[in-house]
Amino acid sequence: MPQPNEGPHSHANTGGCTSCRGLCKEALKEGIYKNNPVTCQVLGICSCLAVTNRLENALVMGGALLFVLTLSNLLVSLLRKQMPHRIRMVAEVAIIATFVIFFDQFLKAFYWDMSKQLGPYVGLIITNCIVMGRAEAFALQNPPLLSMLDGIANALGFAAVLALIAVARELIGSGSLLGVPILSDAWYVKNVLFVLAPGAFFTAGFLIWAMNAIHPRQPSESGV
Amino acid sequence: MNSTPALNIFVASILTNNILLASFLGMCSFLVCSNSIETAAGLGTAVTFVLVSTTTLNYLIYHCVLVPLGLEVLAFIIFIAVIAAFVQFVEMFVERFSPALYYALGIFLPLITVNCAILGASLFMVLREYTLVQSAAFGLGAGLGWTLAILIMAGLRQKMGYSNVPEPLRGTGVVMLITGVLAMTFMGFAGMMNIQ
Repeated sequence: MPQPNEGPHSHANTGGCTSCRGLCKEALKEGIYKNNPVTCQVLGICSCLAVTNRLENALVMGGALLFVLTLSNLLVSLLRKQMPHRIRMVAEVAIIATFVIFFDQFLKAFYWDMSKQLGPYVGLIITNCIVMGRAEAFALQNPPLLSMLDGIANALGFAAVLALIAVARELIGSGSLLGVPILSDAWYVKNVLFVLAPGAFFTAGFLIWAMNAIHPRQPSESGV
Repeated sequence: MNSTPALNIFVASILTNNILLASFLGMCSFLVCSNSIETAAGLGTAVTFVLVSTTTLNYLIYHCVLVPLGLEVLAFIIFIAVIAAFVQFVEMFVERFSPALYYALGIFLPLITVNCAILGASLFMVLREYTLVQSAAFGLGAGLGWTLAILIMAGLRQKMGYSNVPEPLRGTGVVMLITGVLAMTFMGFAGMMNIQ
């Protein structure tokens, strides 16, 4: 289970609406940039690496997460007072899995090729720690609308990182973006390594390096 | 029906189609728990055991219950429920009958429910249309492959304690880069055999 990430707003109880707008804004900023789920909390790495060999796949995956995370956060938050504490995780997983099934069926019905491309990774959104992590850390303590916003923000943050990695990998690996050739074959030698698995690890490693260099965090406890 | 011999699937899922290095599954616990060899070995054992059991169990449930009833849609929700229930069951069983093993593995068991390698293996099993024996071989191979990867990483990280890694790269960053090199190494096996 991912450690619930206690952000500064986890316990935010919106009393009046004066603080509401500020809170919403803050929730958005927090998810997309300041506390980005991938680069700062290192959640949801698996799908992040697997689907980024092409920008198109990454965008669909980002959309899938936006759909699942927004709605699951909303529903968990709506049910937070009814859910007995002991079985809340089972309930959360069931809610998340339901939305993932919706999305998977939608892909299978209308975008069969894309569904084939993504393979098992759509189903793996269920175990994507971001979804579960946000439900646990945010939606359980906050009102529905704010939770929904938090879901949108975190999904957008996730999608942004996905798109960034995918742009680098597709551009370097295939010399194209969204299937449109950008770098001409005449002078650019494609580095196929970036389409394959190692390229994903390298790109993610460099991205995390860059993010940490720009925004130094507290020294890591593990030392290495 | 997939016609690859089970032995080939077993070897391929350890080396050429390593579930971590080629399919990116189980990254979260890989990143967090690869600090020491003991932890890595404990988690690896637990993952391997759960992988073999749940792929087999999910195979039986999928083909004996869901397909006859036409409920393949529910596969995701059933798989994750089976995995969670199985892990819970194993935890109780081990605690009751082997306290020593419980203290060695106990803390890792709850983590495993959300390890995407477990659910991923079941989903691959359905997508690649494995038979029962192939599923079990795939589960075992995937588990051993994952254990191999995390053991190598834990060994490297223990040695790396003595090296001077640039400050911003410490932690996840450098582990990612090393995993990339590991993935390249494992690609060297690719000519040997391949499964889809």
